Amino acid sequence: MSNLIVSPSPHQLGTNSVKKLMYGVLIALLPALFVSVWYFGLGAIIVTLTAVISAVLFEFLITKYLLKREMTILDGSAALTGLLLAFNLPGNIPVWLVIIGAFVAIGIGKMSFGGLGNNPFNPALVGRVFLLISWPVQMTSWPTPSALSDKFLGYTDVTTGPTALGHLADYMRTGESMTKIGEKVPDFMQMLMGNMGGSIGEVGAVALLIGLVYMLMKKIISWHIPVSILGTVTIFTGILWLVNPNKFADPVFHLLTGGLLLGAIFMATDYVTSPMSKRGMLLYGVGIGFLTIVIRIWGAFPEGVSFAILIMNAFVPLINMYMKPKRFGEKIKK
Amino acid sequence: MLKTFHKGGVHPPENKLSADKKIETLALPKLVNIPVSQHLGVPAKLIVNKNDYVKVGQLIAEQGGFVSANIHSPVSGKVIKIDNVPDTAGYKRLAVTIQVEGDEWDASIDRSFDIKKDFNSSSEEIIKKIQEAGIVGLGGATFPSHVKLMPPKDSKPEVLIINGVECEPYLTSDHRLMLEKGIEMLVGTKLLMSALKVEKAFVGIENNKPDAIKHLTELSKDFKGIEVVPLKVQYPQGGEKQLIKAVTGREVPSGGLPIAVGTVVHNVGTAYAVYEAVQKNKPLFERVVTITGKSLKNPGNYLVRFGTPVKDLIDAAGGLPEDTGKIISGGPMMGKALNTTDVPITKGTSGILILPDDESKRREVKPCIRCAKCVTVCPMGLEPFLLMTLSEKGLYERSEKEDVMDCIECGSCSYTCPSDRPLLDYIRLGKNRVGALRRARSMK
Repeated sequence: MSNLIVSPSPHQLGTNSVKKLMYGVLIALLPALFVSVWYFGLGAIIVTLTAVISAVLFEFLITKYLLKREMTILDGSAALTGLLLAFNLPGNIPVWLVIIGAFVAIGIGKMSFGGLGNNPFNPALVGRVFLLISWPVQMTSWPTPSALSDKFLGYTDVTTGPTALGHLADYMRTGESMTKIGEKVPDFMQMLMGNMGGSIGEVGAVALLIGLVYMLMKKIISWHIPVSILGTVTIFTGILWLVNPNKFADPVFHLLTGGLLLGAIFMATDYVTSPMSKRGMLLYGVGIGFLTIVIRIWGAFPEGVSFAILIMNAFVPLINMYMKPKRFGEKIKK
Repeated sequence: MLKTFHKGGVHPPENKLSADKKIETLALPKLVNIPVSQHLGVPAKLIVNKNDYVKVGQLIAEQGGFVSANIHSPVSGKVIKIDNVPDTAGYKRLAVTIQVEGDEWDASIDRSFDIKKDFNSSSEEIIKKIQEAGIVGLGGATFPSHVKLMPPKDSKPEVLIINGVECEPYLTSDHRLMLEKGIEMLVGTKLLMSALKVEKAFVGIENNKPDAIKHLTELSKDFKGIEVVPLKVQYPQGGEKQLIKAVTGREVPSGGLPIAVGTVVHNVGTAYAVYEAVQKNKPLFERVVTITGKSLKNPGNYLVRFGTPVKDLIDAAGGLPEDTGKIISGGPMMGKALNTTDVPITKGTSGILILPDDESKRREVKPCIRCAKCVTVCPMGLEPFLLMTLSEKGLYERSEKEDVMDCIECGSCSYTCPSDRPLLDYIRLGKNRVGALRRARSMK
């Protein structure tokens, strides 16, 4: 009888675990991975594998030799950071750049703050933005989709071209009418399926949305962040488009191009770097949606999702401080 | 759409193993230990001495203050010891040990099986009877029931809510009571309505007990003003504030009592005890207790005299399994782990749960990944992750500002945490320290 365990309640624990959540996100990314391999072939495989392996390896080395802490690589978070980094890179980027990106993401973006749970900025985006600013040429020469053609086995030697947003930025700069853009950019169906130039994981709206539905069903994330981002983008670009359809692209174009879906579904919803309350999540999402469009339309870069998320990451502590969940019993309803 | 509360909540596996087991009467023990404190508030004052002979239902300790309750002997026999013994909370408390001799009931108790539906007692008479019978909240909180029936002058009760939710996994004592003592329970509800002078009562029952909902809905047709409200299954709906919200849509203000929104909540077990006290002149000295656990041979529901050792109940269910890791008084979410089976069953014991060794251990604590699941599930709209950090850092003034005292200790946060962090442990620490801070402040 002396071996009875005595501890405070609750005596029953749920089935959630960090591992389960992280692997859940990885599973949700599989459809998008399939689409990228379909359109970008060998390059997508090489970049993805390199990113995942080097991210896990860097976390292993840093935990073991620098921090001398208990091993954490099996929780799946390093692999997830690696995969998300790869999804934000073009499929023809050289391997050595991918490794540098993984190092910055894990080493600087995550482990320097104390590892999982402590980093203020989304590690994969830290890696991506570091590469974008340091090697802008390599980071913005996007392979055109080859869809299992003879170029399937190509890697750094594939044909490249600007993304749909790149075209849009060119048009905006030269002041040409929006009606002409339709000639250069992919059509609606191509955007939905992912048959267009772009980073590995950002093309293929349908695949990304499948991932969203999966994560919502498994209660890995709540709807608040993705919906507020996409809603804000729709409303903001919708107003601009209605005001002057000759100058501004329509909301559907903005929703389906660039990294918006990838960002809204997988990057902005990163647990560690997003707010804790539902109200906070909504504000955070509105901020990301708004900043994304501001950067896309008036900024120097054609794409703004990464920057928008990183900027809003910086506001998360402030949002957590002021956007408290509504307490029970604040007001008496009679 | 079924009614429920709309903030937070979790859905642990229900595991209602003993839901089909009829209530049986547990054999009388040889010895009983009756603690003088089986309720919230001031302990009762002993009025018996060593070597006294007592009858079943005889008063042995009387109310020690307004918030306190009478205690009656559950057995007949001789008082052989008055000493401190450990209670279910693990603390040593003053208790009367009685050696059982026969089963001689106080002559004033009506032991017939007839159901007495009619009454013409006044509010005062009913409350007096309840107070004399030593009735406390039988849902587990053990708050003296008469106190809830005497609300402050400036408040006006409008609705009585009878709590038949039983949201704790495993426990089935209230469920069985509703099925087997439905009419008595509803008469008790009527008595409580008369005591409070309210015209309306709701019986809240979760949808995982369709037989109880059907049975009571049928019976309640004969009881004017009583309505059965089926509720969507969600833990912690049995929490007073959550149940009021689910049934009436009203939110009890922070730090306030249910009466602030015109409601009074009593458990179905309490309603049954009220029936017995007022209609049968029977004080509270026994209750229905669930004995359950997946490793037990015969989980069941037993009518148990207070003071019976937990061991007797476990033996009735087939004995303690070899692989037992934890014995819990109450349910798995809010119950207390026992360190011995010698402790007595008391007024607040709704069930005894046996957990095997492999389900008894805490898991390794991992770093917080800020997934916000604890915030999502908190039924009080608190931020458990923050409250834990504040306790860890000793920032209790800040904890108070973050409404730590609103926590109802339901355990949903610890239950849901993917990193297995002991959130509630630290929140309890915070509540304890903030309580001390407040007491120190009021002394000044």
